Amino acid sequence: MSLRGEWTVLAVAFGYLALLFLIAAWGDRRATRGRSIIGSPTIYALSIAVYCTAWTFYGSVGRAAETGPSFLLIYLGPTLAMLLAPFVTRKMVRIARAQRLTSIADFISARYGKSTGLGALVALIALIGITPYIALQLKAITLSHAVLVDYPVTAGQALETTAFWADKSFWVALVLAVFIILFGTRHLDASERHEGMVAAIAFESLVKLAAFLAVGAFTVFVLYRGPGELFTRVAETPNLLGVLGLAAVPGGALGWVGTLALAFLAFLGLPRQFQVMVVENVDERHIIRAAWLFPLYLLAINLFVLPIALAGLLGDAGGDPDSFVLTLPLATGAEGLPLLVFIGGLSAATGMMIVETIALSTMVSNQLVMPLLLRARLLPRGGQGALAGWMLGVRRLAILAILLLGYGYHALVGDAYSLVTIGLVSFAAAAQFTPALLIGLYWRGANRLGAGLGLTAGFIVWAWTLLIPGFAQSGWLDAGFLTQGPFGIAWLRPYALFGLEGWDIYTHALLWSLVANVGLLVGVSLFTRPSALEQTQAALFTEALHPRLDQASLGHAGHTPRGELRALLDRYLGAATTARVFAEEPDQDDRHPASPALVARGERALAGALGSASARVLIDSVVRGEALDLPALLSVLDTTSETLEMNRRLEQKSRELERTGEALREANERLRELDRLKDEFVAMVSHELRTPLTSIRAFAEILRDHRDLPDDKREHFLEVVVRESQRLSRLIEEILDLARLESGRLTLHPERLDLAELARHGVEAVQRPLEERGITLEVALEVDAAPVIGDPDRLEQVIINLLDNAGKFADGAAPRVRLALTRHKRGFRLAVEDNGPGIAEAERERVFEKFHQIQHQDDGAPRARPRGTGLGLPISRGIVAHLGGRLWVEDAPTLGGACLVMELPAAPDDSASSTPVPASPAA
Amino acid sequence: MMTSRRKERLVALIVLATLLFTPPLLLVTERLGPGALTLYVFLVWAAVIGLAAWLLEGGRRE
Repeated sequence: MSLRGEWTVLAVAFGYLALLFLIAAWGDRRATRGRSIIGSPTIYALSIAVYCTAWTFYGSVGRAAETGPSFLLIYLGPTLAMLLAPFVTRKMVRIARAQRLTSIADFISARYGKSTGLGALVALIALIGITPYIALQLKAITLSHAVLVDYPVTAGQALETTAFWADKSFWVALVLAVFIILFGTRHLDASERHEGMVAAIAFESLVKLAAFLAVGAFTVFVLYRGPGELFTRVAETPNLLGVLGLAAVPGGALGWVGTLALAFLAFLGLPRQFQVMVVENVDERHIIRAAWLFPLYLLAINLFVLPIALAGLLGDAGGDPDSFVLTLPLATGAEGLPLLVFIGGLSAATGMMIVETIALSTMVSNQLVMPLLLRARLLPRGGQGALAGWMLGVRRLAILAILLLGYGYHALVGDAYSLVTIGLVSFAAAAQFTPALLIGLYWRGANRLGAGLGLTAGFIVWAWTLLIPGFAQSGWLDAGFLTQGPFGIAWLRPYALFGLEGWDIYTHALLWSLVANVGLLVGVSLFTRPSALEQTQAALFTEALHPRLDQASLGHAGHTPRGELRALLDRYLGAATTARVFAEEPDQDDRHPASPALVARGERALAGALGSASARVLIDSVVRGEALDLPALLSVLDTTSETLEMNRRLEQKSRELERTGEALREANERLRELDRLKDEFVAMVSHELRTPLTSIRAFAEILRDHRDLPDDKREHFLEVVVRESQRLSRLIEEILDLARLESGRLTLHPERLDLAELARHGVEAVQRPLEERGITLEVALEVDAAPVIGDPDRLEQVIINLLDNAGKFADGAAPRVRLALTRHKRGFRLAVEDNGPGIAEAERERVFEKFHQIQHQDDGAPRARPRGTGLGLPISRGIVAHLGGRLWVEDAPTLGGACLVMELPAAPDDSASSTPVPASPAA
Repeated sequence: MMTSRRKERLVALIVLATLLFTPPLLLVTERLGPGALTLYVFLVWAAVIGLAAWLLEGGRRE
């Protein structure tokens, strides 16, 4: 059975739609379980690619075949717009989220004082301007289906005999209506995201890209042997070369700029782009990724457009250039690829229809139907939530109506236009929204009257210069007014308004419609006064990214009984939503007035379901008194440069103060610590002094009272008295030294000396006592002479101190101490290490704190250090520092314990002094 | 979200892209021969996207 058979194609097409249902259902299921699948910037970028419709898929090639590189402009405009997204779209997302806005009509209406009229105007323009675009998608589906099934019979002949029940696009429209009703109206709150739908759209974007790349690769690498051969063939065909240049672009350089601007503005104004970029945005940060990923998508899908167009023109595929993507592979007899291309086109068309219909139906229900029903008091009476289901019904009906309208348009006028023409006409309509949108975002002065008049004028000019001439060319009207002007008035000719001739029709229409639109928007705004609500909304929109916005008191100053508010919400939103709104302040009497925050929450909830304008009308019906505290808001937002600058300076100052405060706190902390240590030190010192004194006194008393003691006993006691006296005097000496060091009164007598010699002296002095304690002392003097400047007595004291200290900390079982003297750069290092437990990294600096030692001793740690005065190291460091050297702790290189290193600078060269001494390692 | 320096760079990139995509500069490439214009647009397009990606993604590590 042929892959192109009628039933095969139908089965595949509807099978594909069924797959979309599955994906959307899956996406919604995941969303309700809280595991969203669309929470990724890539999915976001892919959903924006709903921009690429069947018009891109089939029409780009057609456009390239006829007007050369101008097809690129439709994608360069959005590229530029997308680069702006981190500024513009982010702001729109922020606003839409804060105010629960659901469509571009709602957005514009909210910006200009929640105006019902403006919202309805935008919805109406969108409906008139975009419906043809939906028709275009249906036409593309019908056409591509006909080409696929009937090839080589041309599509035109095949289409002649179709009645609507035999027309596949009618059934596609119906299936889509079911899809959109199922996945697009799950929640009453239209500001809630349609996760399943977005997932399906992202999937469709992948399918259409893959299909287009496949047919592109097929054309370039299968039909021709690579791009080289294709372009060589083109170069041999002179009349094709014209297609490649600017000359082929309608309107030349001017037309180029015009179309670029048109695509830029339309991208920002198209309802479906607003839907996917703003309403369906999950996370502001996704915009950053999409800002370059979406342009990359556009680049990829355009890569093969020109090669396919050229190949189509070169070959004898024949037929409409819009169908080249199908006829090129069909001409070779391939069957699978054309089917894939058909599915790609189907995905492009359905994606657009789904999103556009959701956007339009929200606008129609919230901006057109709801306000009318509210005004006419036609809403059914009913209790809790009775209106919620009713309103969903309105939206579902709107979906069906819009799709049928699109189908009707397609059936009636579809044949009159080529794909591109309809697309650009719709673009020009969508571009009318952009001035009110962009100017409203950045200029607080733009007001409702200006926006309304601007939009109306722009729409009228658009209709006159594009829409009505289109009807005329379809043969519905007498085309005479195109050339002569209406009633013979030449300057009103639609394609040459005010005598402006020679422009391409789109640039011409864009220029005049924008002049009217922007001119009135700005001009009228400058000379009229906005209402209080308009001013508030203008401030909220233009300052949306202001960091202090949420501090503004946005409450209603009026007086609203809670009960009335609850009843209102109950009626429109149902009990569940009402409970959510009231959840934050549940247990209060319903007769009390509602808090401003509660009223604001209620209004936002209503806005999400009904649109901001209707929500405002309803809230106003229960709020008595002034609605918004405008002066308070404006004063918060009045960010003149002066206050900003003041603010900045204040912040800077307060940061400085903070830093100073921090430093002061630290210093204070340190002082307290020192104070505490000093107290401990005094206590310790007196304890240390008292111990020898006590024993001296005790033994002296014994000697005094017991004259008859044996000689050896007396001898022993006297020895103790002498030793304790020595210890006492040493202690006092050290304390004095420390005091002198601290006060800077320590007098040193620096002279040139040999550190090696001094080290030997020191070793000799401690060798015996150390040996008595069983400590092995190693000496390694690597230099013969080490001339330094220093006080010999003091330095020797330091060396002895270091050795003595090391001896105290050496390992108990086999204590070892090692002294090494080495040259280091321009000085000498004397290192004393032991094989003890070492000193932890964090403790290394603290051992030089004079009080630290004492504290450490009191720790009672398992390996407590032997008792000493604890003043040796601080004194040593003080002396070394006085002599221009350093003293620090590091890991012992050979013995594995602690290593105290003293470094002194070498004395200036003076050959006279130091006498070479042979190195003699002592044991 | 974005440092002000990064915003400035992005604005500069947008201005640059607009300049490169519009006539005065476009007309220069037009003279280079048939097909040069399209090739030029694609190259500039790719470069702009590359720069934007570098600017928007790379800066995140700053």
